[in-house]
Amino acid sequence: MQISGAQMVIESLIAEDVSVVFGYPGGAIMNVYDEIYKQSGFQHVLARHEQAAIHAAEGYSKTTGKVGVAMITSGPGFTNAVTGLADAYMDSIPMVVISGQVPMSLIGTDAFQEIDAVGISRPCTKHNYLVTDAADLPRILKEAFYIASTGRPGPVHVDIPKDVTAQIAEYKYPETVELETYKPNVKGNLRQIKKAVDAIAASSRPMFYLGGGIINANAAEEVRELVKMCNIPAVETFMARGTLRVDDTNLVSMLGMHGSYAANMSMSETDLMIAIGARFDDRVTGKLSEFAKHAKVIHIDIDPASISKLVPADFPIVGDVKNVVNEMLPLAKEKVDGERYASWRETVANFDKLHPLTYEDSDDVLKPQWVIERIGELLGDDANITTDVGQHQMWAAQFYPFTRPRQFTSSGGLGTMGFGFPAALGVKRGDPERISINITGDGSILMNIQELMTAVEYKLPVINVILNNKYLGMVRQWQTMFYDKRHSSTDISLQPDFVMLAESFGGVGYRVKTKEEFDAALKDAIEKNVVALIDVTVNRLENVLPMVPAGGSLFNMMLEYKDK
Amino acid sequence: MAQERRVISVIVMNEASVLSRIVGLFSGRGYNIDSLTVAPIPGSKYSRITIVTQGSIRVIEQIIKQLHKLIPVLKVYEHEHLVEKEMALVKFPVTECLSDIAALCGAYNGQIVNVGEDTIIVNVADEPHRVSNFLKAIKRFHPKEIVRSGVVAMEM
Repeated sequence: MQISGAQMVIESLIAEDVSVVFGYPGGAIMNVYDEIYKQSGFQHVLARHEQAAIHAAEGYSKTTGKVGVAMITSGPGFTNAVTGLADAYMDSIPMVVISGQVPMSLIGTDAFQEIDAVGISRPCTKHNYLVTDAADLPRILKEAFYIASTGRPGPVHVDIPKDVTAQIAEYKYPETVELETYKPNVKGNLRQIKKAVDAIAASSRPMFYLGGGIINANAAEEVRELVKMCNIPAVETFMARGTLRVDDTNLVSMLGMHGSYAANMSMSETDLMIAIGARFDDRVTGKLSEFAKHAKVIHIDIDPASISKLVPADFPIVGDVKNVVNEMLPLAKEKVDGERYASWRETVANFDKLHPLTYEDSDDVLKPQWVIERIGELLGDDANITTDVGQHQMWAAQFYPFTRPRQFTSSGGLGTMGFGFPAALGVKRGDPERISINITGDGSILMNIQELMTAVEYKLPVINVILNNKYLGMVRQWQTMFYDKRHSSTDISLQPDFVMLAESFGGVGYRVKTKEEFDAALKDAIEKNVVALIDVTVNRLENVLPMVPAGGSLFNMMLEYKDK
Repeated sequence: MAQERRVISVIVMNEASVLSRIVGLFSGRGYNIDSLTVAPIPGSKYSRITIVTQGSIRVIEQIIKQLHKLIPVLKVYEHEHLVEKEMALVKFPVTECLSDIAALCGAYNGQIVNVGEDTIIVNVADEPHRVSNFLKAIKRFHPKEIVRSGVVAMEM
C-alpha cells in the first residue's frame, strides 16, 4: 500500500493497538495531525503543554502497563518534552514519543523551530531514531514499540522531518522485529537461581528488598507468593509501593532516606539481602559502604548493568523478574522453611514496635499525614494515587495503605515537580473506573496547573489534594535542619486563590482547614465527579521523619527533630 | 581503587549517530577515553570501535555493561591477550639531521613518507608505549607537529 509518512504513523499506532495519544501540535508535525483529524482509531488528548503530554502518557502507561504514546512538534515542542523523556527514562516507563522535525533540506541550517532533537534525547531515552526515509517508518515504529516494552522498559523517541511525513512510500507493518544487536535476556540462569535459593535456606536473617522492577514486570503476584512461602520480612522501595498489600504481615514498609526505622534497621542487620528489580538508588542505600554491611546479596534484575553497579552481588541473576521468581517458587517450597526465621521476624517486629512509622496528630491544625491516612481510610483500594515531588510525596509513600501494584504513580528517579497532575490525567484515562487522586504540594501544583483545562475538556475528573504549607516544604526542611534555618527562596506565602483558580477553568475548588471540612470536600468532589482542587491548609513546619541525612548510614536515623 | 588501563573493542551497526551514542555514554557517565579509533569492518554492515580507557575494575565492568546496553552495539570485547598497534606521523624541519631521524624511524617500524622544501614527514607504527618512547627520543630534532592515530587492537 502506497501512503504518506503521516498516514504510516497513524496506521502503525493503530496496528500497535494504541487507544490514546497525548500531544500538542505545531508546524513540523502538522501532516501527522492532519491525519489524526481524519482517523477514528485512537483518541488524541490535547494537553496544554508538551511536558504535561509526556507525563500524561507516563501515567497512562504506569496504570495500564501498556506503552504510553505522546506526540509533539519540533524545536520548543520537543525541548518542553525533554523533562518527561528523562523522567520516563529514570523510572523505566515504556513510551514512544514522536516529534516533528524541520524538513531534511533545512536540517543543520538553524531553521525556524529547529533543534538537534535526537542529540538532546540520546542520554534520556532508551533509544532514538531520526527517520530519513518514509520507507523506514513502519520498521522504525515497530522497533520503537518493541524496544520500549521489552527488557528494561524505557522511552523511545522517533524524530520525523516534515518532508518525510509528506513522502509517499510502500507501507506494510512488519509482524516481527529483527534486531541483531538487541536481544534482552529474560530467562534467569537456573544454576544461579538454585544457588540463590540454597543461600536463602541457609541464611538466618534474610530480607527481601523489593524494587519497582517487580511492578514493571507484572510480577507482584508471584513475589507475594514467594514472600509468603518463605515467610521472610520484606521492605519496599518507593517505586515498589503496592507490591505487597499494606496488611501483609511480612511487609516492613518503605526503606531509605524517609523509610521506617524497622525497614532501615532490618536492612542494616540482615545477613542475606534478596534484591528483586531494585537498583540501589542513593536515596535507598544512604552511605553505600555501610549499607547492609553484613549481608550476602542476591540480585535479580533484567538489566545486567544494574547488577553490581553499586553493591557487588554474590548471586547475580539476570532475567525477567516474573520468570525468575516463577523458577524460584518450587525450589523455595522444597528447600526454604519459614520457621527458621521466627526469631528474626520477631526482631524485625520489635524494631517496628520500638519506633513505628507515625506522627503526632493535632486538634489545632491539620497534619498532612492525617490527610493522607484519611484518604486511605475513605478510599483505600478504590483510588489510584499520583503525587508530585516533595514532602507530600514522601508522606504519601509512608502513610497511604497501598493494596495493589500500579496503584501508585510518582516521579521517583528524576523527582519531577509538576509530574503529578498530568500523570493523574493519564491514570484516569487508563483506569476510568477508579477515583484518581493527585496528592500534591502548593509548589508542585503550579508547575503544570494549565492541565486543569485538559482535565475539564476531556472530562478526566482528577481530584488534586494540595497539602498547602506555603513553603517549598522539602527544601525548607533541609534549610531548617542543615542550613541554620536560612529559608532561602522557599517561602511561597504569596499564592493564587486556588478555589477561584479551579473555577476559572471550569473545575471546582475547596478550601479546607479542618478534618470535617476535608471529609466534606473530598466527598463532594467524588459525588460531583468533577475536576477538583482541594486546598488543604496544613501545619507549616511539619517535617518528613524519620530521616537519614544525605550520605548518612541507614541505621543513623533522625527519628524526631526538635526545633532549637 | 587502582586505575587499570584497558583496551575495549566495540562492534556496532554502521549507522548514523552510533559514534555519538558511544562517546555520549563515556562523557555522560564520567568515564575516561584515552584514545578512540573507528573504521568499518570490511564486507559487513558493522564498524569496529577501539577504545583505550582507564578506571577501577568496577568502573571498567560498568563501561562494558553500559556499552552492551546501547541498542546498535553487537559485541563488546575487553581484551586481555592482544596485539596493539598505533601509528604516529611527525613533521621535522629539513635542517635537522635526516639520517639520524631515518635511523630512529627504522627502529620503530617507520620511514620517511614525505619530503618537502622545508619539512619532512615520517611515520612510525608500533606498540603504544614504544610510540611514546619514540616521541620522547625525537624531541631533540625539534618536531614541528605530531599526530598519533590512537590504538587498534586484535585479540591473539
